[in-house]
Amino acid sequence: MTKKLMRGSHVLGEAAVLAGCRYYFGYPITPQNEVPEYMSRRLLEVGGTFIQAESELASINMVIGAAMAGGRVMTSSSSPGISLKQEGISYLAGQELPAVIANMIRGGPGLGNIAPSQSDYFQATRGGGHGDYRCIVLAPASIQELADMTLQAFDLADKYRNPVMILGDGMMGQMMEPVTFPEPVDPAKLPEKDWVLDGAKDRPQRIILSMLLDPKILEAHNYKLVRKYDAVRENETAWEMTDCDDARLVVAAYGTAARIAGGAIRRVRQRGLKVGLFRPKTLWPFPAKPLEELSHRVRHILTFELCAGQMVEDVQLAVKGQAEVKLYGRPGGVIPTPEDVAHQISHYYYGAHLDEEGPGGGA
Amino acid sequence: MKQVFARPKSLKPAATHYCPGCGHSIIHRLVAEVIDELGIQERTIGVPPAGCAVLAYNYFDVDMGEAPHGRAVAVATGIKRVLPDRVVFTYQGDGDIAAIGTAESIHAANRGEKITAIFVNNAVYGMTGGQMAPTTVPGLVTTTTPGGRQVNRDGAPLDLTQMLAVAKGAVYLERVAVSDPKHIRQAKKAIKKAFQVQLDGLGFALVEVLSACPTNWKMDSITAWQWVKDSMTKDFPLGVIKDETGYDAGPETEAGDDR
Repeated sequence: MTKKLMRGSHVLGEAAVLAGCRYYFGYPITPQNEVPEYMSRRLLEVGGTFIQAESELASINMVIGAAMAGGRVMTSSSSPGISLKQEGISYLAGQELPAVIANMIRGGPGLGNIAPSQSDYFQATRGGGHGDYRCIVLAPASIQELADMTLQAFDLADKYRNPVMILGDGMMGQMMEPVTFPEPVDPAKLPEKDWVLDGAKDRPQRIILSMLLDPKILEAHNYKLVRKYDAVRENETAWEMTDCDDARLVVAAYGTAARIAGGAIRRVRQRGLKVGLFRPKTLWPFPAKPLEELSHRVRHILTFELCAGQMVEDVQLAVKGQAEVKLYGRPGGVIPTPEDVAHQISHYYYGAHLDEEGPGGGA
Repeated sequence: MKQVFARPKSLKPAATHYCPGCGHSIIHRLVAEVIDELGIQERTIGVPPAGCAVLAYNYFDVDMGEAPHGRAVAVATGIKRVLPDRVVFTYQGDGDIAAIGTAESIHAANRGEKITAIFVNNAVYGMTGGQMAPTTVPGLVTTTTPGGRQVNRDGAPLDLTQMLAVAKGAVYLERVAVSDPKHIRQAKKAIKKAFQVQLDGLGFALVEVLSACPTNWKMDSITAWQWVKDSMTKDFPLGVIKDETGYDAGPETEAGDDR
């Protein structure tokens, strides 16, 4: 396949179509309007369905219906719109329906602004809506990875019958980078789903529901979900470590923040600082185990997030007090430069005497 | 011996949880009879609401997918767009379709979604214990309208079906009641026609069924059903609200049979 230069929002849409997604239901909100715009044209070409719904509520409920009927289905939005979709996402989880939801996060709370942000981490990784559930949350850090993860998202959603969220931001949506797409998936050739609502012909009635009034039955359903989440944690946790072998300090960052941190680490490495990058690719499940193992030899972790500090709590939980965890968080849609982050790293590095001799520096 | 009466195939042999005097069982039966008569049981998918009829999947013997409160027509839209050759119906109460789900209802109708909505109007929130509904008529006492609904305090009842008439994609809207055998037959005709509209791909069809809730109205059944006829129909007059099917001129007037 040839390389194409494409904008993130279009890559998200194109990768979804290549994954066999034929149904998209959305509602305009900046900074992700290019996704519904792209899908409105592209789904027409492949005989799919695009509906610009009357609200985010309607669109997520159309997603529920399409998922019940067995279609590969997606919606996308940005923070305030994702808040509105949360009721439906909770139903998707409770009813065990596969769907892909992209959140191009903007600054909040409230209407906030339209600048890139990572302030919806808690909402994405803790379920977001009501009830005991999890979404699988993927955090691409490049346009190629956005394409790859979008394809993967549909497979994961089907495999686990669970909503999968792609967490990006306005920068990821607007950024243009070269991308290579795989061969398209033919939706007709996807494995048959033996649970969909398509009419009870030559089989008993099927019911898809999440209301289980008997506490014992609901408890059993919840435990079934827990077992599923355990399997996801076991099989699907993904992360990337760069320059961690000799590191005395590791920056933990994901998505756009990880891109900026990468630039910062290149700068401080040129100045002789031994700094690495730990980048979760799945935010839920969070790669706690590899981070804990890393914390046995790297005693200083700087969490860098485009928010006032959310992932930092997962980092702290993962390292179980074995490493010092500090935060450099920039909320409000402010995008620090690699130089800003390099400054923070240097400040921490020298302040903790990590430049001095000895294992793990001045730990 | 000739069998003259039987349970419809599309209705499971289950005792319902509905209160004595409630209209849901009658309306369920009418929908099931229509599904049987049209021979569409094997390709029908129902979307029950949140409300008293949330357990409808225990009674209808067709595929059923539960919708969040008020979102049934949006869920039905998603199903129908994936499976356009299936028959998709929603079964919703007044709070579901005319309060929390107003936006979804209007826009599904306006898009002309090829689905059939059965809207049961009993003027009260039944399942939650008798609070005011958008369709509660003035004077009716509910648990949230002390002394009865007052228009200047609580607002006037909302005629959703009339509102839907301005939606271009709504081709058939009728209000019926299941208050006595004559009206029940009328209601069945309307329900059958609303399914036929979908089978013919004409657009959005909705039948509003006036029903009684003796429990929450705090009336005995006989008084309650008389009240449907005498009082409810003043605010919600029965009859065809919109009909752009063109059936009367064509051969499909079978839907008008008095079976």
